[in-house]
Amino acid sequence: MPVLDVRDLRKTYRDIVGVDSISFSVGRGEVVGLLGPNGAGKTSTISMILGILEPSGGSVSISGIDLAKDRSAALSRTNFAAVYAQLPGNLSVYQNLKFFGLLYGVPELETRIGEVLQKFQLEAFRNTKAGLLSSGEQTRVGLAKAMLNKPSLLLLDEPTASLDPSGAKTTRESITEYAEGGNGGVLWTSHNMQEVEAVCDRVLFLSHGKILLEGDPRTLPGDHGKKDLEELFIAVAREPLSLDI
Amino acid sequence: MRSIKRIYAIFLRQMFLFRSSPTRYVQLFVWITVDIVLWGFITKYFNESVGAEFSFVSTLLGAVILWDILSRAHQGTAMPFLEDVWSRNFLNIFSTPIRLHEYLIGFIATSLATTCIVIVAISLFAITVFGYSLFSLGVALIPFLIILFLFGAALGILGIGLILRFGPPAEWFMWPLAAVLSPFAGVFYPISTLPGWMQAVSWALPPAYVFEGMRSLVLSNEIDWRVILEGFGLSCLYLLLMYMFFAQMYRIAVRSGLIARYSAEGP
Repeated sequence: MPVLDVRDLRKTYRDIVGVDSISFSVGRGEVVGLLGPNGAGKTSTISMILGILEPSGGSVSISGIDLAKDRSAALSRTNFAAVYAQLPGNLSVYQNLKFFGLLYGVPELETRIGEVLQKFQLEAFRNTKAGLLSSGEQTRVGLAKAMLNKPSLLLLDEPTASLDPSGAKTTRESITEYAEGGNGGVLWTSHNMQEVEAVCDRVLFLSHGKILLEGDPRTLPGDHGKKDLEELFIAVAREPLSLDI
Repeated sequence: MRSIKRIYAIFLRQMFLFRSSPTRYVQLFVWITVDIVLWGFITKYFNESVGAEFSFVSTLLGAVILWDILSRAHQGTAMPFLEDVWSRNFLNIFSTPIRLHEYLIGFIATSLATTCIVIVAISLFAITVFGYSLFSLGVALIPFLIILFLFGAALGILGIGLILRFGPPAEWFMWPLAAVLSPFAGVFYPISTLPGWMQAVSWALPPAYVFEGMRSLVLSNEIDWRVILEGFGLSCLYLLLMYMFFAQMYRIAVRSGLIARYSAEGP
């Protein structure tokens, strides 16, 4: 059973189609990249999977649980981190993790908080207010929160955007390790194509709300006569009709 | 059990904030203390001028304290939500398994704790400075406080529903909600003083039942339990209606994408 199953998902804003009946799935242990230019519908898709945006049609199932039918149970099996969703700056790192740990119903919470603090090298900042941390450190706190409940589905929207190369590498390793450990699947958005190529098992190219391409990030560019993933991305963004789809 | 944990999370978060920022205590006590000092001296002056046949202290100062408790319950319910607005936390909160009623019960629990602290503190203050004890109202004080708290919480939920629907600038609607209703509540005068249309509005508001009941208790030493029961029933009805209102505002926000934009754009 896939950890995420999206069927004919659609979102319209008045007359504008934001997401146009897309279907895809993410399997356990799989890292799937959701790529596309700004305005392609990535954030709308992620928002619908997170239950904060109501689809105009279609369905989202997380670990076999229909989000529309049992939102709470479905969301307890997921978690996310995004550059635009930093944790409250007026709470310390520990307080944030305690707060979200309770919301997600994490068992043996204190032990788990200790584990994620160690994993993301945040022990020194345990009692520091999140708002006082550097952007890179805040990103790590967001990732620690995202891993707190060992989610079946981990949603990451540009998780390494504000990290230095070393921090980004560590983060990529942590997430790959998480997926390979069979804990769950990952849906990852990024504009860093080298990163996507290194981390993702499969990519979905989204443009104007539709999935235009899907495949292995290492072979997909060649299949469409492009040098690399970045060139393919640019082609999807600028001249999707020129692609042989 | 998970439901209780999530409610506790909302409560605990607010306690963390109180603990880390003592200035938050100021907003709990400052206005209510100013009100008591002001009305304490006004009632003292009235008592000395008019004579001791009518107790202004019991009717006016007692009413002011009760009204401030309602305001405290109103603001206490809204504050945790405003914390989420100010810290742009909607995306994080609403993508967790928390259910809407748990979120609101968390607010009410937080408000109950802070309101209880305020009741104890201001009661001691009024006794010490003006020799007036709120507890002189006897057993009727309990239903009075329950009615006012429930209605204050309902007003708080109405306020946050408006903010959710119309965005952070709608905070302007939230803060004066209780003050706008005060002329109808009969805090300082009997409802019969008001013109007919205002009386009709008054009897649709639970605080009117409390303040009429309080005056009846002070002046004739009688508790009208029917009035108290009506006030309690109305408070429960308002709480239910405001929950439904908030749920509707939430549905609109989720349908239109407001929740996602709230975090992205902020106040």
